[in-house]
Amino acid sequence: MKAPTFKYLRAESRDEAYAAFTEYGDEGLVLAGGQSLMPMLNMRLAQPAVLVDINPISELSGILLRDQQLHIGATTRHVEVENSMLVAAELPLIGCAIKHVAHRGIRNRGTFGGSLAHADPAAEMPACAVALDATLILQSRAGERRVKAADFFLGVMSTDRRSDELITGIELPAQMSTDAWSFHELSRRHGDFALVGVAATAQRRSIGLDGLRLVVFGCEERPKVSKIAASMSLSRKDVAELATAVADDLDPMSDLEGDAKTKRIQARTLVERSLEDLLGGWPND
Amino acid sequence: MSEPDQIIGVSLPRRDASRLATGRGTFTDDIVLPRMVHMALVRSPYAHALIKTIDIKEAINAEGVVRVITGRDLTEICSPFIAGIEFLPNMISAPQYALALEEVAWQGEGVCAVLAESRALAEDAAELVKIEWEELPAVVDPVAALTTGTPIVHRDLETNLAMTMPIEEGDTKSAFAEAEVIVEHSFEFGRQAGVALETRSVVADFEPAGRQLTVYQSHQTPYQMQDVYARHLELAEHQVRVIAKDVGGAFGLKLHAYPDEMAAVAASVLLGRPVKYIVDRQESFASDIHSREMTASGRLAVTGQGVILGVEVDILSAIGAYSIYPRTSVGDGIQAVQFTGAPYRLPAFKGRVRIVYQNKTPCGAYRAVGQPIGCSIIEQLLDIAAAKLNLDPAEIRRRNHLRSVDMPLKASGGLEFSNVSLDECLTALLAKMNYESLRKDQKEAQKRGIYRGIGLATFVEQTAVGAGLYGPAGVRVSAQEGCSLRLNPSGLVNCSTSVTDQGQGTLTGLQQVIAGTLGIGFDDVTVEAGDGGATPYGGGSWASRGLAIGGEAARLAAIDLRNKILAVAAAITQELPENLTIVNSKIFDGSKCLMDLSELSRIVHFRQDTLPPGVDFEMNVTRHFVPRDFPYFIANGIQASYLEVDIGTGAIKLLEHWVAEDCGKIVNPLLVDEQLRGGIVQGLGAALYEHCLFDDAGQLLTASLADYAVPLASEMPDIHIIHVETPASGTGLGAKGAGEAGTLGAPAAVWCAVNDAIRPLGAQVWKQPFTMAHVLQALNSKGS
Amino acid sequence: MTEMLPIKLSVNGAVVSKLVDPRQHLTDFLRSDLGLTGSHIGCEHGVCGACSVRVNGQVIRGCLMLASQTEGAEIETIEGIVESGEAAELIAAFVARNALQCGFCTPGILLTAAEIVAEGKCLGRQEIRNELSGNICRCTGYHAIIDAVEMVLAEKMKEE
Repeated sequence: MKAPTFKYLRAESRDEAYAAFTEYGDEGLVLAGGQSLMPMLNMRLAQPAVLVDINPISELSGILLRDQQLHIGATTRHVEVENSMLVAAELPLIGCAIKHVAHRGIRNRGTFGGSLAHADPAAEMPACAVALDATLILQSRAGERRVKAADFFLGVMSTDRRSDELITGIELPAQMSTDAWSFHELSRRHGDFALVGVAATAQRRSIGLDGLRLVVFGCEERPKVSKIAASMSLSRKDVAELATAVADDLDPMSDLEGDAKTKRIQARTLVERSLEDLLGGWPND
Repeated sequence: MSEPDQIIGVSLPRRDASRLATGRGTFTDDIVLPRMVHMALVRSPYAHALIKTIDIKEAINAEGVVRVITGRDLTEICSPFIAGIEFLPNMISAPQYALALEEVAWQGEGVCAVLAESRALAEDAAELVKIEWEELPAVVDPVAALTTGTPIVHRDLETNLAMTMPIEEGDTKSAFAEAEVIVEHSFEFGRQAGVALETRSVVADFEPAGRQLTVYQSHQTPYQMQDVYARHLELAEHQVRVIAKDVGGAFGLKLHAYPDEMAAVAASVLLGRPVKYIVDRQESFASDIHSREMTASGRLAVTGQGVILGVEVDILSAIGAYSIYPRTSVGDGIQAVQFTGAPYRLPAFKGRVRIVYQNKTPCGAYRAVGQPIGCSIIEQLLDIAAAKLNLDPAEIRRRNHLRSVDMPLKASGGLEFSNVSLDECLTALLAKMNYESLRKDQKEAQKRGIYRGIGLATFVEQTAVGAGLYGPAGVRVSAQEGCSLRLNPSGLVNCSTSVTDQGQGTLTGLQQVIAGTLGIGFDDVTVEAGDGGATPYGGGSWASRGLAIGGEAARLAAIDLRNKILAVAAAITQELPENLTIVNSKIFDGSKCLMDLSELSRIVHFRQDTLPPGVDFEMNVTRHFVPRDFPYFIANGIQASYLEVDIGTGAIKLLEHWVAEDCGKIVNPLLVDEQLRGGIVQGLGAALYEHCLFDDAGQLLTASLADYAVPLASEMPDIHIIHVETPASGTGLGAKGAGEAGTLGAPAAVWCAVNDAIRPLGAQVWKQPFTMAHVLQALNSKGS
Repeated sequence: MTEMLPIKLSVNGAVVSKLVDPRQHLTDFLRSDLGLTGSHIGCEHGVCGACSVRVNGQVIRGCLMLASQTEGAEIETIEGIVESGEAAELIAAFVARNALQCGFCTPGILLTAAEIVAEGKCLGRQEIRNELSGNICRCTGYHAIIDAVEMVLAEKMKEE
């Protein structure tokens, strides 16, 4: 199938993008990597009047470390994140999870900001952003807004971004060497979206763990930190019990690959494996 | 290199491979003709509905639109398809129109065709066609389809039951009465799609002045399509030429006549212009034939030693809204019954298949037609029996395999066998896979809470179907294959064959047969195929026939050409033809070289004046071959799967896969190996992922490659191959088919392996594909 | 009427100036406007990989990028990497190993494989499998493709 007719606007600067947003409002869609939008266009599931291509805005791309915060520009390609020494060193959770994002050809084109803006509940990067307590930077003619990842994702492909705003970048606190982290994903095939996944970070203490930010994703409408997990400090004997409690607390969506009961069993297994990783101190691959 | 055994039986790279790899293939979408228009279809959004009105006004006036065609516009020039079988008078099918007239019976049935300057513009205009529908209740569930009072799938039918076929041989009643162990099990098989990477494609070019229709089509059987287009468009046979250039995968799905392709061809006749129609991927999922949607229950009676006394099987096969034209949709269900237990000695067999219509995409032949179902049923029953008797799965198979001493014989369901090698294959397989040490590894792993399983699947494969199937059924499909050879002035040979090649490498195999038989070099032969206007009449490519039947035709043609060459050589050299041979493109008398073939060729083409009177200088031969004394060749083998089940998630990880296979004489091991591997991976896809899912209203839920998952490189195991070679007895070449063996046995091997892995937990899977959800379901409902 | 956009780019080393429909994806443009039919359309939703082409040195899905986005870009297709000789070793290995059947996916797989080879990492079979997992082949079962790429990587390691 071929995409429907639309107008293509090449934004060379943020101001040009804002001007287009003002002119076209909800009629316009932002084209970043296009790896989710283009299939929707080609299937005529999206029929925008205008596409605003932000790829030419060079200042939106890049990875910087500043004050223990890693700043990832919105149009930074997944492959750049994957190959970044900074990410590998400062955000090992992302470094691990990025390998689960689709396939080489998609990672070469897809963008970090695009993945967050698209807000697919089964995508890896939104879950990691929540687990890492990232902050999204949104800019518009009206100025800048900073939104915590946990508040940014509102539902299935629904976010707090207004149609006049551009995600310009994401700030992620660098992980400390004393931090533990874990990433697990269950998908039908390598590179597929997650049926269920877990992204988790925690601070190691002399006994057990504290500050557990455990995000189960793929089976609920949006990635969020498990409150039950966050409220506990964890030691090895609690693993099975906590995994069950986290899974029981989920409200999984049924899909073609399984009903809520299936998802809960799978989530419980992955949470248990994640907790063991965190306690073991050595992340899985 | 020219001794036959230096060419036939040797791994040579495919002749087409470099051209295709470098992007120089010509697939149908690559063809561009002057004044060509593009077609897009408006398809039914409902599984079952009446068409009240169609308003095309806005569409006609849209940018770039040349014509908008409805079913009514085609009734004058195009008659509908009705797919029946003469010896199955009870088998009914509704007529299927190129574009539906009044009623649509599946979601995706074509209703209206838009012809425009580009595909994008045609799609734009298709969105502007306004159709008023009256939605009718959809019949989706096959069991419900047979319940009294259920709506009928199409109003041209009186019942949803297409046909019932019972088979009974021997006394199953006594067999089950005498049995020491009886096991039974129910099975569900998910509906699958074939998923050729190149979607179905057609470029039709009707030239009105001479009423010549040329159709470029991504298809397996040009001659069948010539016949279909000629008869349904009321053209003379020789006015229609169908050409299949490079075909991007077929697997049976490009074997049929589809209404949408018929609409494109009819549109070209109406317009007098070339029409291109490329089925897009979503349309492909909705409209390519599906297959294998079946439920089954089976019972097995064995002695205390695990010897089979009897088998009973009852299958319900759901085939969608129409019987696919012209070969019908009943083969899947019939072969499923016939192949339940086919590789084993069965003193008594009772089977039944019921075939039902439903408001879903029509089904048809897909690689290995029905045989994987029969294989999966019996292999499961045997494993369950073996577990009860505490017998090793390999042992229970060995105790029941058909052996050469049993040959020739008629097996269950009227199958006829000769020279199979099941025990040899099993022995070779177990040795190659280190069966005993694998069993040890399995036990060790289980102690660590890791559940691994080994699955074995014995199979027989029906290949190279002969004259006895379609002809007597009144289906106009040729079972012969032909080969024309022409000796050129330089001593090089052109071959033209009815066999078609969608990547199997059959044409390379023919090249080897011809070169080897003639005594010339592999590179001294070129092969042309796929053009129904220029090649000998024949079947094309279906049911693994290319080398077994087409190869024999090529061998016969090469023998005839060789004899002609030697007769001329004898006349020139004053020797006796029976003393002469051709080696390395030279004519020899014993070890004495008499002349080069190129010199002989020069003489027969340019210097006929120098030949003695009466010498036959015509160096063209055409031969055809069709099995007439036997219905098909039975190839056979056994597959093994080793895998791991994650009982916490239901995920299955394939670790390794083996196959020992006997496809008779092997012309090119390199080609056979990759046919087997490719086939196996399609079977693994069936086992793990592939499933066309519909909702209760008959809406297809898996219409993209993201939703319908096919195997990727990442999850597939390495596949080890062992060949056993028992030449077919009915031909001089001795080749049997090899194209379907992999797909046939792989699901059964995985099925057995999964259950072998989780049997210690008291669980077993019963529903293919074995999704994570189903594995968890099995683990949580033990003993089902 | 469709409003066409002018673009100027480099395709296989040659400068190309064309007017394009803004909605046309890159593979359609390459195939229908430039006659580069070696890139194939298998799904148009970014899953199969048959449309893979190289844009500014990286392999992407041609169906998931608009031709209108390629202003100033450098595009390379299978035709380009065949003519430059870059794909010669891979093609030889694919042919020798019978790592293609219908050939519809093969140009896309070769582009992906060429990127893997160029990165020069020493990869095991499973890693090669994962790297190629974005390109669907329905015919071969992948084993022979993995063999072929492994052969070329091993040769390359030997050279270095």
